[in-house]
Amino acid sequence: MIEKALKGNRNYWLWIASLLAVITAGIVSYNSQRWFGLTVTGMGRDVSWGLYIAQFTFLVGVAASAVMVVLPYYLHNRKEFSKTVIIGEFMAVSATLMCLLFILADMGRPDRVLNVLLYPSPHAMVFWDVMVLNGYFMINLVSGWTVLGAERRGVPPPSWVKPIIYLSIPWAVSIHTVTAFLYAGLPGRHLWLTAVLAPRFLASAFAAGTSLLILVTLVIKRTTGFDTGSDAREKLAVIVTYAGIVNFFLLGTEFFTAFYSNVPSHMHSLQYLFFGLEGHYSLVPFMWFSLLLGLGSLVVLLLPGMKRSPKWLAAACSGLVVSIWIDKGAGLILGGFVPSPLEEIVDYQPTLTEVGVTLGIWAIGLLVLTLLLKVAVSVKSQE
Amino acid sequence: MSSVAHGDTVMNKERRDFIRKAGLGVLAGICATSGFLPAFSLEETILPAWDEKPVPGKIRWGMVIDTRKCLGECNECVARCHHVHNVPDFGNRKDEVKWIWKSGYGNVFPTSTSQFRSSEVLQRSYLALCNHCAEAPCTRACPTEATFKRWDGIVSMDYHRCIGCRFCMAACPYGSRSFNWRDPREGIKEASVDYPTREQGVVEKCNFCSDRLTKGMLPACVESCPEKALVFGDLNDPNSDVRALLESNSTMQRKPELGTKPSVFYII
Repeated sequence: MIEKALKGNRNYWLWIASLLAVITAGIVSYNSQRWFGLTVTGMGRDVSWGLYIAQFTFLVGVAASAVMVVLPYYLHNRKEFSKTVIIGEFMAVSATLMCLLFILADMGRPDRVLNVLLYPSPHAMVFWDVMVLNGYFMINLVSGWTVLGAERRGVPPPSWVKPIIYLSIPWAVSIHTVTAFLYAGLPGRHLWLTAVLAPRFLASAFAAGTSLLILVTLVIKRTTGFDTGSDAREKLAVIVTYAGIVNFFLLGTEFFTAFYSNVPSHMHSLQYLFFGLEGHYSLVPFMWFSLLLGLGSLVVLLLPGMKRSPKWLAAACSGLVVSIWIDKGAGLILGGFVPSPLEEIVDYQPTLTEVGVTLGIWAIGLLVLTLLLKVAVSVKSQE
Repeated sequence: MSSVAHGDTVMNKERRDFIRKAGLGVLAGICATSGFLPAFSLEETILPAWDEKPVPGKIRWGMVIDTRKCLGECNECVARCHHVHNVPDFGNRKDEVKWIWKSGYGNVFPTSTSQFRSSEVLQRSYLALCNHCAEAPCTRACPTEATFKRWDGIVSMDYHRCIGCRFCMAACPYGSRSFNWRDPREGIKEASVDYPTREQGVVEKCNFCSDRLTKGMLPACVESCPEKALVFGDLNDPNSDVRALLESNSTMQRKPELGTKPSVFYII
């Protein structure tokens, strides 16, 4: 089946070549990081996680959003999702792969990564996260590939794959819950020490991840002519709208709790992110841009008829993806470290090397996604 | 012929017995002198691994810092600790590695009251180091047990197991942990032979001088303090110096509301 990824037009190969070029640049950057240490990144003693962990957190959400097509299609038999399901599953595969690569890129001693399995520590949330992410990767790869293979041969999918597909539904929730628990259980990091972090992660995942799925189906339609159906896209847009509203509602509850209670440590991170703290304003424009862009995109989706126009739908979805990428990436991770445990404010700025590694990993994810989707589209359109 | 043969076997048996006994004797001698048989050893040997099996929680090493004596620009303890443990200095905040340092009142005790405190108290610098918490969040967050609680209450690091994920740094509410963002050996001016250097890519922090305690020495910071402002001892021993200080003074812990139960106490 994979041989179908080896046949393509000129644009397909140009796209693959440009991804390979970015991957090469990423490998060069990573090589310098391995040699000189993580000092080549913008991270430091005070802000000890940055772009990598932010990308990881965002992409877990993208991976989890596959459940938004798997659930209606397999549990509720909504036939309009029949062509979108495989795209969701393969997006989950590539997003999970990127998550694992970002964790690896962030590690000081990636050569010792197997220590996580050699000395299993159930008290550490990282252990569970590694378990559920690897599991989710396998579940989606196996179920997506098997169902697609059966379709190619014109036979019904084997019966053993059904339980795996059903398992993927709670598993999708688990990956983002455990990822939230990575942060939500740490004392002294007030932005993260909140019970709504896991619900908010899920809401933002179903908003941004599903938006990204809509965008991918639009790109596929334009590049290959394969249409997953505007009906499916409109239904997904409804999910995006409600998930987006829940996300901003939960953000609002964070503001209420912090500012009405007037507890300084609960307010500081939000002040730093949205209003600036003690002369440090570097993230303020980004956070307001994120907030306004997100709310604006939701307005577009809520206006009657707007989501039926592919252009407006694409604009609103892109808006939400960017908005949540800033909020969950830059805001959430950096805000957790500011102010530091000793009430000091240190600004973080990613370096070129760090950006190079990040783009490289995104390119690996996009390459894997492209190859998988090429196979899927070829099978689906019976080429 | 048969009698000769018989005598031969008798002699062989005697020889074998002699060799066996002599061998055992030599072995016993080696064991006695080397301490394997403590009752017969020439020198008194202590074998804590066998005779005194550590009881978890029996000892809890702790420290009381009398900040009234810790004044001025003195940095003796910081310098000694960082020298003894080969803590690198790169001269920049981003790559900084530190085991013990001085910081302001509002930095070390951000959740303690600062309203109407005397300006002298607010302007003083306070020592910050790993609290060796009884309920340490860092050991809970570590996915490989590279940081762990010892039987004597010390939160220790296994630099050979650490994967450098920096979860312990996110989990520590005291900023007591440092990561080796770059090769630490480049930042060591005067190398010490007392403690191994670390590698790039692992986390490190104060170890309460567990390396010196095994030699019967006090922690380097305690020993080096010219004002004797730092007192080290067993918090579980009611007769220890630290307990006496805790009973006779009003003390503070850093961020006690987090429930981490720090083992470092401050007299303000």
